Amino acid sequence: MNVEMISVLSAGIAVGLGAIGPGIGEGIAVAGAMGALARQPEAVGTITRTLFVGLAMIETMAIYCLVIALLLLFANPYVHA
Amino acid sequence: MTERASLNALVVFQVGPIPIGLEVVTTWVIMAVLVGIAWFGTRRLSATQPSRFQIILEMVVGFLEDLIRDVMGAEPEVFLPLIGTLFLYIVTCNLSPLIPGVKPPTAHVETTGALGLIVFFTVHSLGVRQRGLLGYLRTYLEPTFIFLPLNILGEFTRTFALMVRLAGNIMSHELTIAVVIGLAGLFVPIPFMALSILVGLVQAYIFTILAAVFIGGAMGTINTNTP
Repeated sequence: MNVEMISVLSAGIAVGLGAIGPGIGEGIAVAGAMGALARQPEAVGTITRTLFVGLAMIETMAIYCLVIALLLLFANPYVHA
Repeated sequence: MTERASLNALVVFQVGPIPIGLEVVTTWVIMAVLVGIAWFGTRRLSATQPSRFQIILEMVVGFLEDLIRDVMGAEPEVFLPLIGTLFLYIVTCNLSPLIPGVKPPTAHVETTGALGLIVFFTVHSLGVRQRGLLGYLRTYLEPTFIFLPLNILGEFTRTFALMVRLAGNIMSHELTIAVVIGLAGLFVPIPFMALSILVGLVQAYIFTILAAVFIGGAMGTINTNTP
């Protein structure tokens, strides 16, 4: 296996594994927001805004993995193409 | 290499030693369009008989004012120019790929890095102006002095996250649409493009809210009872 093969493989692994945690986390966050909305429908504005900010924070982890994968694929410092 | 162009800027022309990329030109066009809309919309303002266009603009401004008032707990007059411009610019950038042939400037980390730096310096200058230099520096010792390295690290990582989140989301959607177009023909990418409208609006909203939260947090105006 040369560097290119390892880079492509690890890029796939990075995104695939890195999406698991944020997926679970966003599911929990949305479930909590749905429960809160069912109990207090009048607080929809605050809940939605806080949910979006929280989802953005959770999603950042997946975006970091995506950045690592894109760096490995397109801007790999160890591959001199 | 064509695939490298998705990360690196496409140089259009050079001004002296400075290469001007395609997204900078796109940014100039978007700036001109926004200024033109603002000039055209505010030419004949009327309190009694507002035109349709004036009502649309007032809805946008009112939405931004409500957002600032809710998130920051402060009167929006001071912050509306910065926060509103950030939102309008990012929305226009994110929706610009709906015009065929246009690439969104926010898909590149340079553009969002500039926006992140604007937010970064605004946070500190407004925080110092509101609390005084010593008062502002003292907030880094909260809740105890052990948190000092974490607070300083947090300043940089949250700005970095702000920058990478916007660029990563928009760029990954562009790549997804490109891959889908490469895989399957004519009408299959349309749902993905519709989804990219939603993603663009949500990401612009998130960037705006986070900028407002950071600035409000540094100034200490955020009402902690209603986050």
